[in-house]
Amino acid sequence: MPSKVDSEASAAERVDPGISRGDVDGFQLGGRIWGSRLIVGTGGFRSLEAMERALVASGAEIVTVALRRVDPLARGSALEVIDGLGLFALPNTAGCYTARDAVRTAQLAREAFETDWIKLEVIGDDRTLFPDAVELLDAAQQLIDEGFTVLPYTNDDPILARRLQDAGCAAVMPLGSPIGSGMGIRNPYNIQIIVESASVPVVLDAGIGTPSDAALAMELGCNGVLLSSSVARAKDPERMARAMRQAVEAGYAARRAGRIPRKLHAEGSTPDQGLPDLG
Amino acid sequence: MTIELNGRTVELSPGATVADAVIEAGADGDSRGVAVAVDGQVIRRVDWGKTKLRSDQSVEVVRAVQGG
Repeated sequence: MPSKVDSEASAAERVDPGISRGDVDGFQLGGRIWGSRLIVGTGGFRSLEAMERALVASGAEIVTVALRRVDPLARGSALEVIDGLGLFALPNTAGCYTARDAVRTAQLAREAFETDWIKLEVIGDDRTLFPDAVELLDAAQQLIDEGFTVLPYTNDDPILARRLQDAGCAAVMPLGSPIGSGMGIRNPYNIQIIVESASVPVVLDAGIGTPSDAALAMELGCNGVLLSSSVARAKDPERMARAMRQAVEAGYAARRAGRIPRKLHAEGSTPDQGLPDLG
Repeated sequence: MTIELNGRTVELSPGATVADAVIEAGADGDSRGVAVAVDGQVIRRVDWGKTKLRSDQSVEVVRAVQGG
């Protein structure tokens, strides 16, 4: 007789094996298969302890980190926490405004983290933090030539996404809305077009405010979600991280299940046939 | 010998290497997550001890921090 936990697990597996094992087909990214489709940024947490609890609750396997000048007074190490949890540290090029700076930062990151994976960010201005498309594509091409696995944070522009894909990026990561804005997905139609045309994974990166945004990203067909502020700056980051995990799983399951089409008028589900005449 | 280390002007003994600059910057050179660039060129960790610095060079010593 299976235990209650076992039977719950097998029930979940019958509905969608992805829910219990992370993924039925596997989230293929950069030539590896991951169990979680949620990537979490480590910036913005009030403490390393809060970050650690939230990362565990999120179920994420990939977490982003940045590089900055050594601060001799800094206490604790984010990387020690990440390594301790057995997570994969994905370095980013946050704060770079030119292809040159982004390439050099990626080279430093390769040395620091012993990985050729890079979340490529090349920012156009500090007010919107929108990507600079020209510099981004240039940096992506240079890094791909140097053998990097490039995961570019990009605009929700299907043509730029295609150009990045054609250049050899391992994924495209369009924004939903500005970084840290919590405005959700402002142009779901463009995200849908990017998903339709992509032959590499699409990861919705930036703008997620609340779990329904993450679920929508997955329902639109994204392969994963990358978020940071919505968890780190929530009142209870651990609880929000768990909610995001559930939202990504639910959105992915819904996408696989196939939603009903939207209709202007009602369509009852109860049959009219056999309705009693109650005179 | 004067170099620019993480934006500060610092004095190092003649013959100082990149490894010395890493210590001067306050980094634990043995720990993962530290990297160095001299005049914009990344120096591999295995070369830190044998790469001598020259006056007026600019050295950046970076480490992993939290980021999105």
